[in-house]
Amino acid sequence: MKDGNGSLATPSPKISNRLTLKEHILEIVSDSGEGAQKAGQTFGAVSAKMGNGVWTVEIIPADIQPPPRTKESASGIRIRFGSGKITNAGDEADMLVAFNEIVPYTRIDQNAYREGTIVLIENKWGTDESKEIRESYSRAIQDFHDRGFVVYEIPMEEECLKLTPNPKRGKNMWVLGMLSHIYGRDMEKAAAQVGYIFRSKSKAVIDANLQLLQAGYDWARDNLDLCYEVPSPASEEELVVMNGNEALSFGIQAAGIELCSMYPITPATSTSHHLAECIQASGGIIHQAEDEIAAVGFAIGASYSGKTSVTITSGPGIALKTEFLGLAVMAEVPLVVIDVQRGGPSTGLPTKVEQSDLLAVLYGQPGDAPKVVLAPSTIEECFHFVILARKIAESFRMPVILLSDANLATGVQPFPRPQLREEWLAPPVDQSPWKEGAKPYGWDEKTGLSHRPIPGQAGGEYTLTGLAHSEAAKVTYLPEINQKTAALRSLKLATFGRTLKPPQVHGDEEGDLLIVGWGSTRGAIEEAVSRAQEKGLKVSSVHLRFMSPLEPGLKDIFKRFKKVMTVEINYSDSLDDPMITPENRRYAQMAWMLRAHTLVDVDCFSNVYGQPLRPGKILARIQKELDNL
Amino acid sequence: MFGIKQDFICELPKKYYTLSDYEKGVARWCPGCGDHAVLSSVQRLCREEQLPPEKTVFVSGIGCSSRFPHYMNTYGFHGLHGRAFPVACGVKFRRPDLNVFVITGDGDCCSIGAGAWIHAIRYNMDITTIMFDNQIYGMTKKQTSPTSRLGTISNTHPTGSVLPPVNPLQTSLGMSNVSFVAQTADWVPGHLFATIKAAYEHPGFAFIKVIMRCSKFMGPLVEEMTTNRDAISILTHENGIQPDEGTLKAYKHHHVHDPSDINAARELAEDKEVSYLGLFYQNKEALRYDIYGAHNLGFTPEDKIAAVNAQLDKYAV
Ligand SMILES: Cc1ncc(C[n+]2csc(CCOP(=O)(O)OP(=O)(O)O)c2C)c(N)n1
Ligand code: SF4
Ligand SMILES: [Mg+2]
Repeated sequence: MKDGNGSLATPSPKISNRLTLKEHILEIVSDSGEGAQKAGQTFGAVSAKMGNGVWTVEIIPADIQPPPRTKESASGIRIRFGSGKITNAGDEADMLVAFNEIVPYTRIDQNAYREGTIVLIENKWGTDESKEIRESYSRAIQDFHDRGFVVYEIPMEEECLKLTPNPKRGKNMWVLGMLSHIYGRDMEKAAAQVGYIFRSKSKAVIDANLQLLQAGYDWARDNLDLCYEVPSPASEEELVVMNGNEALSFGIQAAGIELCSMYPITPATSTSHHLAECIQASGGIIHQAEDEIAAVGFAIGASYSGKTSVTITSGPGIALKTEFLGLAVMAEVPLVVIDVQRGGPSTGLPTKVEQSDLLAVLYGQPGDAPKVVLAPSTIEECFHFVILARKIAESFRMPVILLSDANLATGVQPFPRPQLREEWLAPPVDQSPWKEGAKPYGWDEKTGLSHRPIPGQAGGEYTLTGLAHSEAAKVTYLPEINQKTAALRSLKLATFGRTLKPPQVHGDEEGDLLIVGWGSTRGAIEEAVSRAQEKGLKVSSVHLRFMSPLEPGLKDIFKRFKKVMTVEINYSDSLDDPMITPENRRYAQMAWMLRAHTLVDVDCFSNVYGQPLRPGKILARIQKELDNL
Repeated sequence: MFGIKQDFICELPKKYYTLSDYEKGVARWCPGCGDHAVLSSVQRLCREEQLPPEKTVFVSGIGCSSRFPHYMNTYGFHGLHGRAFPVACGVKFRRPDLNVFVITGDGDCCSIGAGAWIHAIRYNMDITTIMFDNQIYGMTKKQTSPTSRLGTISNTHPTGSVLPPVNPLQTSLGMSNVSFVAQTADWVPGHLFATIKAAYEHPGFAFIKVIMRCSKFMGPLVEEMTTNRDAISILTHENGIQPDEGTLKAYKHHHVHDPSDINAARELAEDKEVSYLGLFYQNKEALRYDIYGAHNLGFTPEDKIAAVNAQLDKYAV
């Protein structure tokens, strides 16, 4: 704190000798609990607020309490930011801040760095009491040099000790200050953001953190020759910046959904945390159920009584909700289900990204269970697709499943501020008397659509049932009625599908290779495809938003390319394996669907490393495919 | 009442409902099945209380007993095996204007639905629950139920069941925030009706265990239960259930029990010799989750948009 009235001294961030960068990828990695993520999130938010394009991903430790100074303990964050729009986490990092010499190895194993990556490392381990630690440190520094990293040894703890007796808590703010100078961040915005993240803490705590922030900034100014500028184009557009789970929470509220019924599960839970903070103020409420079955049952109960509800979960929760999803299909109850996918099967990789629930949500229910499934591909779509999902659910009287994933959940990105509209909100519950003679399932033979009576509507009394039933909701096992009602429920998908347009092709409408993606991989795929196109390669991509029903015109698009290949984050057999033949090969989930849907020999490139896809990896694969064509 | 907002109010001409206004179709239970008696009692309650059919919802699971909503001319939800409670709680949470009943069986409630059941007790929403305890799985043709007595011969235990039964009264009484626990029997109509009425009037989650006759599969047990009047004792107290004179005359054993005394209630629930009919426990002050659920109903679109916008401001660049 430079002066007495609480504002921070802000030297002009635009120092003339700053090196201008188009974009940079920064990682901060510490032991679990040292706050690297907090520092990185704040850095990302400040950068977005300054007008940079930003994408952040969290690096999450393997255990809750891993021993410190181990690879398992690595906790941190990657921030990719630049002058233009950033749509994915990118390739190798340009800069790494490490709180000890061990944790970077987790990321080295994942090929997160390259020759020339700048490493800013806490130097206190070099003078540690323990000989073992001192040796470990100097070995690592030597290894970093050998790998071609550019190493800066930084007295983080020493500097923090000047301000706090316990530098383990607060070093992250000092680092944030240091990075703020390196990248010329706006310190007023940084201070405001620090105040915001500690908003529930005392003024003393906030002030202490602000002091560390400023100290880090000053230290970098006086001691480091690293000085960059990442210009942001002036934009008139009003933006908001948030992660995908927060965007879902906003979408839920902007859709006027009054009830979110959930059971905690990573990586979906932070949506519920956000809702818990604000949904009551917007007229809704959150119910933490005793398990996922009860959570979806509760939501269906509320939907049945006129308040279309949402239940949010991840893979294991989807498994538990299966029976109720079948009921919602059979009894035609509108419902919004959000699945923030993680690695599976079983408990799998709780914090890591995968797109492995597609077939489970589509076909996981016994019997034929047609429903709408859609997948947002950006943070902004996480917001808008909830609003869309509620509308579809109510108009088509069926569950709608939204597939997000761990990558979108924690990825932070700015997008145009939504201009909220009354028509997005759920209408008031209809309590007018039910039309005389109308049936509770008065299906339109052409579309399968029908209106439902809601409790409170006099004359509409009926008993909803999951058993086969007639128009009058009467239980019946008559063969013709069962066949006919199955067809009517299926017809609704065809009816809805007619409102969809063919997807836009990114690049030329014809060529050698077409990449097909869905969900959170869009940014990485389109970046790779654009880079390939710049090299003159005849490659394009399409990104699907609707998995059920599929968008129309796919076969026509596919036919204009020599080869079609999906890129997905889920498992598929590799043809390089001697046991695997084109006949016994198990395909990636979207590829499997598209093959059946279009009868085109769709190939796939997919894996389950639990990592977001890198554009560089996709580009290399594109090149390989074209070489073999 | 709390929280009833504009969107739930609809003007209807005042009408007097008769029994037939609540009746629908012909119940397809076996002749001599206890379920018929409960259906009549509930229809009588609806008429006495003049419950508007459109404001009344019967939620059930799966089983013979869970067919119940189909025979009521009200709204109904015949859902999944064991899952009536979450659905009913979801109905009630944002619709305090609806009268919600749960109809469940011993397998539906105490086996597959046990998790949801004990949590429903704890939520203590204003819901009337009637558990049809025939000590057997009727619908699926005579398998052992969690409430089957030790040694019960069934199709899954042809030489007799091997575990002691669950005690639903004791389980309920052991759950925190429990607010109403009663027992009655389907063949004692006056007591059955009085119990259902007391449960309906209770402000909170009322749990009634009805000892049921499954004439089809449990003949000898039915015979024993309905003839041995010494095995039944009627609970009496000024704050308890007030059965009709007929019941009190037919059943000679009476026991004075103060329904605010949970320890005494637990002792009665443990009695292996005698089945007590009446109110075991009641606490009208127990915390109500449905009041919490309905506390912020009725926001206008403008209110909602303003609140979301205020929140979005914090994320503005
Ligand atoms: C998930 C599931 N498992 C099993 C069944 C088969 N099933 C239907 S009713 C029932 C038992 C019902 O027994 P109870 O609840 O005691 O009702 P009762 O028929 O005796 O009234 C079972 C096992 C089912 N419908 N759903
Ligand atoms: S099988 Fe038993 S419980 Fe089911 S209807 Fe017949 S008598 Fe009633
Ligand atoms: Mg039974």
